Amino acid sequence: MIRSTVQRFSLRRVFAVVGKELRQLRRDRLTYAMIIGIPATQLLLFGYAINLDVRELPAAIVDHAQTSRSREFVQALAQTQVFRFTEVTSDPSEARSRIRAGEIKAALVVPRDFERRLLATDEPVAQLLVDGSEQVVQQAARQIAGFPVRAMLRGQSVSPPGGAIEVLTLYNPLREAPLNTVPGLIGVILTMTMVMFTAIALVRERERGNLEFLITTPLSTLELTLGKILPFVGIGLIQTTIVVALGAAIFHVPVRGSLPDLYVAAFVFIIATLALGILISTVVSSQFQAMQAAIFTLLPQILLSGFMFPLEGMPRVARWLAELLPLTHFVRLARGIMVRGADLTELWPSAAKLCLFALIALTIATLRFRKRLD
Amino acid sequence: MSGDADTVAARTRAPSRETVIRTRGLTRRFGDTLAVDGLDLAVGAGEVYGFLGPNGCGKSTTIRMLCGLLLPTQGEIEVLGLQIPGQAEALKRQIGYMTQMFSLYRDLSTRENLGFVASLYGLPGHAARDRIDELIETYALAAFIDQLTGTLSGGQRQRVALAAAVLNRPRLLFLDEPTSAVDPQSRRDFWDALFALADAGTTLLVSTHYMDEAERCHRLAILQAGRLAAEGTPDELRGRLPGVPLAVDTPDPRKTQRVLESLPEVQSCAQIGSRLRVLVNAQSDLDAVRHALEAEGIEAQARATEPNLEDVFVGATRGQVQP
Repeated sequence: MIRSTVQRFSLRRVFAVVGKELRQLRRDRLTYAMIIGIPATQLLLFGYAINLDVRELPAAIVDHAQTSRSREFVQALAQTQVFRFTEVTSDPSEARSRIRAGEIKAALVVPRDFERRLLATDEPVAQLLVDGSEQVVQQAARQIAGFPVRAMLRGQSVSPPGGAIEVLTLYNPLREAPLNTVPGLIGVILTMTMVMFTAIALVRERERGNLEFLITTPLSTLELTLGKILPFVGIGLIQTTIVVALGAAIFHVPVRGSLPDLYVAAFVFIIATLALGILISTVVSSQFQAMQAAIFTLLPQILLSGFMFPLEGMPRVARWLAELLPLTHFVRLARGIMVRGADLTELWPSAAKLCLFALIALTIATLRFRKRLD
Repeated sequence: MSGDADTVAARTRAPSRETVIRTRGLTRRFGDTLAVDGLDLAVGAGEVYGFLGPNGCGKSTTIRMLCGLLLPTQGEIEVLGLQIPGQAEALKRQIGYMTQMFSLYRDLSTRENLGFVASLYGLPGHAARDRIDELIETYALAAFIDQLTGTLSGGQRQRVALAAAVLNRPRLLFLDEPTSAVDPQSRRDFWDALFALADAGTTLLVSTHYMDEAERCHRLAILQAGRLAAEGTPDELRGRLPGVPLAVDTPDPRKTQRVLESLPEVQSCAQIGSRLRVLVNAQSDLDAVRHALEAEGIEAQARATEPNLEDVFVGATRGQVQP
């Protein structure tokens, strides 16, 4: 029947595995739904919910001055929409206790000698108590601290505030949050689904005893690995398309650079995450463990990749760690290509690091994924 | 004992001289446990060779090492003239392996599973279809060919597994406790299928802990704690039993057993229904047994009987049968 005893790489066997995977996937409704469902729901959730540009924080006013100019000052601050003054009280300690209870985020205290302070240019005219347990509230307070009170009350125009340095925001002048989140979100969704799907798919094969049969056939490790990950490469690219398309349709997130560049970056990233999934499958012994390990790799990537928090604010060790994570590089690439319209050659350091990660992870994964039971 | 007729038929086939499996000092250690300990085996072509032993005696581990799935800690393996594990890849095309646990895909149909296996062996489309049709015919798979294998009964699933294991027409077929999840009728049908393969020239290595299955093998290796406790044809093994089995019919088996076990002449004593099966050293010990029973006032009938494989097994695992 089969005369050759030399083990050769066979595309036919790879596609046999691919075909089998696709058949199984078609019957697995839950996974099927997750492939489409996860990108769509994550996009809507993150797209609508994440906004670091806070507005309308509930706040109290403690106006001890009670002059026409103090009221005018409060009005002007209210118009910035950073705070919504919901409470009026005459007792600063009550304002503090309400902050402690979490009912308000800040309290504006206008002192009795407000009018005198207005004239003395070296003294602050008012005090803002803010809830320091939330970082964005502090940032909002700092923004308010720069408010040109004296100029405003002298009847000078405050909009736009005449700063010494003009800020020109490139690429996202309206500070729309989805423009920052959606590109990174492609990477987060791919990390979330790819690592888990491959790890589970491979562990399941072992758990159900399929592997014990497969390894007595001429199927080689490389053929099996390729056959198992190729369908997921396709799925990853479909997910990328879903996020990009929905991002454009719902949040008007453009792809300013070239679409092929974006897909090349996504492709390399998918390979990297799949390799990570295979690696996990070689370490864990059950589907449950695979799931836990996948989540364990997901969390630091979300937190450290720069997707949520800027890398620049992190200590040096955290930044080194971030450089080792594939998501960090993909977030840079996706933002560069989609928002700044850069091409891959301009972004070569990130592209190179991502390729390197994919290559190393795939090599280790294939080496570890032995065609033996021990 | 079921199927005596085909057992005898099977045993009359003389095993040929060519050796397809040979091991020397085969040893496998898992941490501190010795799963297989210095095993020397020789299996001839066309034989139905049985591995008999209790759970955990090293049957599965040995089979896995012979297929190249596990690395031996020590020792040499030669299967179909190939050095294992070195030439395991070349071996894989020529063997079939039916695992203890159903190892095909439960979320694929019978036909899809066989199709997948056919493509792994590189069968082109039409050849694969012909071979699968042949297997459907041989193993009566037509009734559930498009059903997911996860929904099949134990006996049906086992036929599918056998069909998949022989799809590549292996010269050597390993079966690891193939009938553990199957009813007696399916088990007989299954053994018929195995003998058909043996008749066609396939060498079979079957592990089991059922005596009636062991009885059907041309030759047997009795494994105990990873060591070869006895080896030979079922007849040879019975002949080598150093002792005489007695059948003792008694109204009070438990008391009788207590009495007999205290006798120095008695090697072992086991209750089977209302009867005791007693292994004594020699025919002459029958009188000692009768006297002891009389002295205790037990009205029991003791007589010598033919040795069976269970006696051999008990004797061998107690170290009383020469390997």
